[in-house]
Amino acid sequence: MADSSEFTVSRRGVIVGGAATAMAASAPAEAQTQRSTMPADPPAMAVTFKVNGKPRTLSLDPRTTLLDTLREHLHLTGTKKGCDHGQCGACTVLVNGERINSCLSLALQHDGDSITTIEGLGTPEKLHPMQAAFVRHDGYQCGYCTPGQICSAVAVLDEIKRGIPSHVQADLTAEPQASGIEMRERMSGNICRCGAYSNIADAMADVAGAKA
Amino acid sequence: MRPFTYERAKDAVSAARAATKPGAKFLAGGTNLLDLMKIEVETPTHLIDVQDLKLDRIEKTKDGGLRIGAFVTNTALAADERVRRDYGVLSRAIVAGASGQLRNKATTAGNLLQRTRCPYFYDTNMACNKRKPGSGCGAIGGYSRQLAIVGTSSDCIATNPSDMNVAMRVLDAVVETVNPEGRTRAIPIADFHRLPGNTPHIETALQPGELITAVTLPRPVGGTHIYEKVRDRASYAFALVSVAAIVQKDGSGRIAVGGVAHKPWRVEAAEAAMPQGAKAVTARLFADARPTKDNEYKVPLVERTLAAAISQARTA
Amino acid sequence: MKFTEPASTNPIDRMTVVGRPHDRIDGPRKTTGTAPYAYERHAEAPNAAYGWIIGAAIAKGRIRSMNLDDARGAPGVLGIVTAAEAGKLAKGNFNTAKLLGGPEIDHYHQAVAIVVAESFEQARAAAGLVRIDYDRAKGQYDLDEALKGAPLAGGEEGKPGKEDRTGSFESAFDAAPVKLDAEYTTPDHSHAMMEPFASLAIWEGDQLTVWTSNQMIAWGRGDLAKTLGMPKEKVRLISPYVGGGFGGKLFLRADAVMAALGAKAVGRPVKVAMQRPLMANNATHRPATTQRIRIGATKDGAIQAIAHESGSGDQPGGGPETAVNQTKLLYAGPNRLTAMRLAVLNLPEGNAMRAPGEAPGMMALEIAMDEMAEKLGMDPVAFRVKNDTQVDPEKPERRFSQRQLVRCLEEGAQRFGWSQRSAKPAQVRDGRWLVGMGVAAAFRNHMNMKSGARVTLNKDGRVVVETDMTDIGTGSYTIIAQTAAEMMGVPMDAVDVRLGDSDYPVSAGSGGQFGAANATAGVYAACVKLREAVAQRLGFNSADLNFADGRVTGGNRSVALRDAVTSGPLTAEDRIEFGTLDKSYQLSTFGAHFVEVGVDAYTGVTRLRRMLAVCAAGRILNPKAARSQMIGAMTMGVGSALMEELAVDKRFGFFVNHDLAGYEVPVHADIPHQEVIFLEEADDKANPMKAKGVGELGLCGVGAAVANAVYNATGVRIRDYPLTLEKHLDRLPAIA
Repeated sequence: MADSSEFTVSRRGVIVGGAATAMAASAPAEAQTQRSTMPADPPAMAVTFKVNGKPRTLSLDPRTTLLDTLREHLHLTGTKKGCDHGQCGACTVLVNGERINSCLSLALQHDGDSITTIEGLGTPEKLHPMQAAFVRHDGYQCGYCTPGQICSAVAVLDEIKRGIPSHVQADLTAEPQASGIEMRERMSGNICRCGAYSNIADAMADVAGAKA
Repeated sequence: MRPFTYERAKDAVSAARAATKPGAKFLAGGTNLLDLMKIEVETPTHLIDVQDLKLDRIEKTKDGGLRIGAFVTNTALAADERVRRDYGVLSRAIVAGASGQLRNKATTAGNLLQRTRCPYFYDTNMACNKRKPGSGCGAIGGYSRQLAIVGTSSDCIATNPSDMNVAMRVLDAVVETVNPEGRTRAIPIADFHRLPGNTPHIETALQPGELITAVTLPRPVGGTHIYEKVRDRASYAFALVSVAAIVQKDGSGRIAVGGVAHKPWRVEAAEAAMPQGAKAVTARLFADARPTKDNEYKVPLVERTLAAAISQARTA
Repeated sequence: MKFTEPASTNPIDRMTVVGRPHDRIDGPRKTTGTAPYAYERHAEAPNAAYGWIIGAAIAKGRIRSMNLDDARGAPGVLGIVTAAEAGKLAKGNFNTAKLLGGPEIDHYHQAVAIVVAESFEQARAAAGLVRIDYDRAKGQYDLDEALKGAPLAGGEEGKPGKEDRTGSFESAFDAAPVKLDAEYTTPDHSHAMMEPFASLAIWEGDQLTVWTSNQMIAWGRGDLAKTLGMPKEKVRLISPYVGGGFGGKLFLRADAVMAALGAKAVGRPVKVAMQRPLMANNATHRPATTQRIRIGATKDGAIQAIAHESGSGDQPGGGPETAVNQTKLLYAGPNRLTAMRLAVLNLPEGNAMRAPGEAPGMMALEIAMDEMAEKLGMDPVAFRVKNDTQVDPEKPERRFSQRQLVRCLEEGAQRFGWSQRSAKPAQVRDGRWLVGMGVAAAFRNHMNMKSGARVTLNKDGRVVVETDMTDIGTGSYTIIAQTAAEMMGVPMDAVDVRLGDSDYPVSAGSGGQFGAANATAGVYAACVKLREAVAQRLGFNSADLNFADGRVTGGNRSVALRDAVTSGPLTAEDRIEFGTLDKSYQLSTFGAHFVEVGVDAYTGVTRLRRMLAVCAAGRILNPKAARSQMIGAMTMGVGSALMEELAVDKRFGFFVNHDLAGYEVPVHADIPHQEVIFLEEADDKANPMKAKGVGELGLCGVGAAVANAVYNATGVRIRDYPLTLEKHLDRLPAIA
């Protein structure tokens, strides 16, 4: 079964596949070499921050991301884990008013911060204007990227107001406008595989009082 | 993600000192490091969070340039009025990269140290000399559409994925550091990033424990600042190629190219050909290029992208 | 209720609720983050442990040894399950490759173990300590190579495949004065839904409950029971919110199996979300195709001969990508040939992704039509109109139940300003952009599926609908509520819809754009029964009753609906079943896609400028939600046209770009404003709702419309998707 015609691409003649070392019975898979027993977990560390206005103090494994802290420790599951690698934007939350990917942040980095999640923007009974606009314009389908889209949308309108530049601005030194192309560019860190983009742009334009 | 201990450093020198511990790494924004820690491409055992070091200011230098603190976020740097006015190529490059969320978190120093997006580097089942020296290169002979065409070696064809770095290179930025003994040094950006050679795991000129404290920009050089980024999708994608250009009224100028090499690619000798146009410049830029079949398109693409930049400068 | 005759007038025809653009009733929950998905069930399992799936590091071969000792000893680890621990597992009816590999490995990233720990961080870290040695075997990963000598596919179950022929293709093609013979390729695609595969498994004795993310509850339940060797009555699947599927969650996947095995092993609820970098290779994908299309026509553009042959690959025992489907039905022509070849590949399992067959098939056919129109010197809209057919071209006695393709094309052309298109390519320039317009037909068949529901009228007057139907973003909650509200004559907010639970009646499920029409028809059937029960309780003799505004009216008597339940709630359960109308008639949906693109004259990158779709797809149950299905599909079509491709490493047999940074799907900035028009239509041959589907129609043809627009912009024809810049860069106009 073993395949002896392995690829020897590197000039060192090392088997390039890495994982399977069909030739060398003793060589383990690439990912698992040079491993010994894992050290004991480092002690939990305390962190204090505000979430949706409420002070929270937690004792956490240092490895815990802000995203997993929200979802698994505070049970605020509105913030979604789509990729856990900063490639989709589903985990977008506002930290001190600015949006970040909570998956690429350790909770410990946020001591003293003020965090707003989708649950902090509004509730089913009392929707934030952006949430209401998403419902009105059908700016979602499966709903999984939606909290991230909405957090981002709220932040984007604020960024435009604050004059943060974007890739599509013709004149870097001019004040950006809440135009369709500006919102589309700035929202591009939030992937929606259902493809609700055109409706999200309409919802944002509605809130911004602009034309998509 | 392997277990690690975490500390917040109080000052730069003690941070550098803490970083001499085996397995220690600085943590700035974390947008690249945590990504790689989750798949165990990075396995630090100790993280030194540098957010309290007050390295988040942008100030004028005595000789009319700018000094950018290492912890200044991408968003803050791109939005700085002086940067927008005098170093437009830098602002443009930054906002062409990543997403709003990532730029709010990513820092100047972190971006300088951003590691490659080579898919074989990211897949721990594959051989990678950068991830595991001596294991081989899975990318050579593999899927290499996005990978390097110049300055490559038989051990590595990865690219530097940063947009900011390309602009820093064309601006002749200087990286300021402090080491565990408290000594500072200034590293010209040209010497900061390395070609892979037979040590692709060594990516920069930094020594163990050496902490980036700032990046300085020389006084503005004027000209028209352009950053052209080419990618399959319109946003939130790494460059296939990118061109950072500063073009003067007389047609002279500087260019650096991203997405083609292990470091931002700038050949000062090629810039002499700027008045002759994109073809002449590209020929000199890539005289030694060794593209793969998957990525040979990058040579004509850079030429055409540079032509676009020159044309844009002419009409600006 | 068996649907055997064309639908006559029924309460749905009132269209007081159905057919209205109602906001989604699940909207407030989805927009506030209070709609819980599978991994988010803290209340149901406060003590859930965390699972982490390990994927195989080779594409084909076997595990020689596994060393679990270090991982078992790692902090927080509760247990590890591999194939050795799991014992004998069966393979689900809908799975081609087994979901837990070992010792034999069938594909890269096939699950080989689950590590269960107290915390997510501990499970992930311990997984890194599992050491596995593999023997790698030779595999076939190159589709072109594998197709050489691959057998015909597509025959009946268990029989060798065959070509489908009508008339005499070869002689007619040879004799045709105008001919096209071209080859097209489409790459492997990934569903890349935003919610990863995720499951929470809870054992209570021998009873297993799995909160999961699945499009087809009954299939998933049956296959989980089969895989684990237990009666399906002991398995409950619950999936009320599904964060996207696109066909990727049609079947039982590794997350559910591994969570169930893990939970059993550690004696605690276990939840698992598959890590994103594993998804593309672990799960299914849309297989790549190589397609050859030949069209022969008279000089005035009447197709005389049309042939469509497609080759694709799959795991041993798998099936072909049925990319020739639409060519059997879309255009007229007396001489026809379709055929598929299926090669064995050791890449991950190929299977259904949104509009399987038609999506890649239309990407090829509709470029071919564009090329043919140009050869004929005809407008591509006119060429398609000329070759319209109102009957199944292979069986002319079968008429289409409804076919408004011509109107879609003509109305679209008019609205889009098609007359402004330059027939000669590469003529329009806007700054640095070469501008072009493209058109393609949209076509997707409608499928009948049995679908059941239970409807209860409670004492408080509220109507509760229960069905195992899922809402994967399609709007099922809302259109089911609309159906029940219309049928029972109550307001929308008096209807509660409960979905996605195997305790509820089995529905059509979500797939093949059959969900909306069939699931609502099932609810219709149950409501008809409930209306009968209400009538009986209220003592009406006549069957001709009007249910409206909370009252039941018959003759000159009118009674409050609630009066029927003063003595207790009424429940009715039924399902829709179908006779042979879909044999006597061809049930299909149609549309036309129009796009305008700009191609950067310097770099060759393509960006969309305008998009329009005009569709005719039966009764549109909720124009707002249906429009969303369309624009979403159009967005996916832009992805397949311009960027989506799972890159195959043919040495090691895996998809290299296996995350959302490597596999690019469209982002906001890629998509312009999208226009969608639905033509008035009610298809009485389809079901009592007179509805069909739109969720896949919107994808079929978009890719080709983009490709045709790119050609119109540049004059360079690309026949290999995606249309990335390097495929035409050297043929673009010279730069100054």
